Amino acid sequence: MAYSDKVLEHFKNPRNVGSLDKEAQNVGTGLVGAPECGDVMRLQIQVDNDGTITDAKFKTFGCGSAIASSSLATEWLKGKSIDDAMKIDNMDIVEELALPPVKIHCSVLAEDAIKAAIADYRKKNGIEEPAETNAAQA
Amino acid sequence: MERRRLIYLDNNSTTPCDPRVVDTMVPYFYEKHGNAASRSHQFGWEAEDAVDYAREQIAKLLNVEDKEIIFTSGATESNNLALKGVFEMYAKKGNHIITAETEHKAILDTCKHLEKAGAEITYLKVQEDGLVNLAELEAAIKPSTILVSLMWANNETGVIQPMREIAQICEKHGVLFHSDATQAVGKIPTHPRETGVHLMSFTAHKMYGPKGVGALYVSRKNPRVKVTAQMDGGGHERGMRSGTLNVPGIVGFGKAAEIAMNEMGQDAERISKLRDKLEHTLTQMEETKVNGNINSRMPHVSNISFKHVEGEGLMMTFNQNIAVSSGSACTSASLEPSYVLVGMGLGDDLAHSSIRFSLGRFTTEEEVDQAIELVRNGVNHMRELSPIWEMYKEGVDLTKIEWTAH
Repeated sequence: MAYSDKVLEHFKNPRNVGSLDKEAQNVGTGLVGAPECGDVMRLQIQVDNDGTITDAKFKTFGCGSAIASSSLATEWLKGKSIDDAMKIDNMDIVEELALPPVKIHCSVLAEDAIKAAIADYRKKNGIEEPAETNAAQA
Repeated sequence: MERRRLIYLDNNSTTPCDPRVVDTMVPYFYEKHGNAASRSHQFGWEAEDAVDYAREQIAKLLNVEDKEIIFTSGATESNNLALKGVFEMYAKKGNHIITAETEHKAILDTCKHLEKAGAEITYLKVQEDGLVNLAELEAAIKPSTILVSLMWANNETGVIQPMREIAQICEKHGVLFHSDATQAVGKIPTHPRETGVHLMSFTAHKMYGPKGVGALYVSRKNPRVKVTAQMDGGGHERGMRSGTLNVPGIVGFGKAAEIAMNEMGQDAERISKLRDKLEHTLTQMEETKVNGNINSRMPHVSNISFKHVEGEGLMMTFNQNIAVSSGSACTSASLEPSYVLVGMGLGDDLAHSSIRFSLGRFTTEEEVDQAIELVRNGVNHMRELSPIWEMYKEGVDLTKIEWTAH
C-alpha cells in the first residue's frame, strides 16, 4: 500500500516525540488504543494559565498512519486554546494526511487521544468537563 | 544515481525465476508455440513432448510416476481440486474432513465452501510451536472421515509438520491424506509415496519457476485415488483438469524441478546459515522471540516478534531497502493480526509485532548483513517512539492497564 507524501514526511520526521511530566498540574495525558489492536497513542499537553496549549508531546505504537496522525495532532495543538483543541475533528486529519479508508481509525484514535489529554488536564484542575467527552483516559 | 537494489527477503510469497528456467521457456512462446493437445502436426507433438519431459522432471523430484502429476494453474487450484474433488468422489464413504486452523486460506476457504455443500470439517488447533497434536488428530478421525489435509510446511513460520507420523495415523484408519506442500517442494525433500501422502499440492513460483502453473500429485496405486474434475472441458490431464496446458509455464516448472533436485542440498545448507545469522543477531536484541518450532522448520524462514513495536510501522522504516512481510495483516483491510500466529497462542499484541523473513537462492551474505543493520535500527527507532516500550522500561505491568479496545 502506498502512503501519501505527508504521511511519509511525518513518519520520517515525527514532530514532538517524547514525554512531559505526567504528574505536573499543568500537564494532561491521554493514552488510547490497545496493543492487541496494533495501535496505542499517548498524547500529552502542557497548558498555561490562560488555557492555551504551550507544548504537546506524543509517543505511538502503530503503523505509519498512526504515527503521522499523532505527530500532526501535536503540531496542531501547540498554540491552541483547549476549547479550540476540542474542535479538532478526525476528518481534518484524514484530509490533511490523505489517509485511505482502511486508515481512518488512526485519525479517530488521534482525536480520542486529544480529547483524553484535555479531559485529564481538566480533571486535574477541577475544570468542569463538557458532557459529551467519552474518550478513555490513562 | 543508480537505484540501490532492494533486498528481497520475501521468498515465501514468491521466488524470482531462475534465469536457467526462463531460458528453457522462451522457445515455447515463439517457434515451439504448439498446443500440447494437437495430435495432427509437428507443433502439437513438440509441445506434447515438452510437457511429457517436464512431467518426468517433476516426478523425479518427488520420486513418483509421471502419470501421477496433474498440471493446474497453481497451488490454490490444486488445493481446490484435491478437497472438492475428494469430497465429491468419496461422498458415499463420508463427508468429514480434518484440517488445521493454521492452514493457508486456499484450504480454509475451500473447507468453508464445502461446509455449505454438506461437509463436516474439523479444524485442529496447533500447539505453541505450530505443530499439530497427533493424539488430537487421531481422536478426531471417525467412520465418516474421508480426508486429512495438513500442510507440509507453514508459509508464515516455516514449521514442518510430522508428515510421516500423520501419514501413519491416516493409513491406520484408512483415510486419505492430502498435503499442501507449496512451501516445501523444491526446498526440502518431499516424497509423497515414501511419506504416505496420497495427494499433494505445489506450485512453480515458490521454487524459482514461473507464476501461473502448479500441480497436484494424485496417487495412482496403493491406493488408487481419484478426484472429481472441477473444470469441465476437453478432458485434459486424465480427465481431472480440463484446459489447454500452459506449455511454456510447464516447461519452466520442469526445469525448476530439475535444478531443485540437483541443488536443493547445497542451497539449503548455504541459506540456513544465512538465516541463522540473521535470526541469532536480531534475537540478541531484548524482548524478541522466534515463532515456531526451530527444530522442525524450513531452512530459509525466520518469523520474529519484536515486542512493543508494531510490525507495519517497523517495516515502513526499512521498506525502501528491504522487502519482507509482516505477521500483522494491518496492511490489508482486515486489520487483523496473523491468524497463524494467533492460532499458535501468540497474543494479538505479539502477533502485531512480528516480521517474516524468508531467504532464497539469490540471497547473499552481504544482503543479510545489511538487513540485520536496517532492521536493528528500525526496531530501536520504533521503540523510541513506542509508549508501551517506555512503560515496559519503567516497569509498568502492561497487562494491568485498562486499554481502550477500538
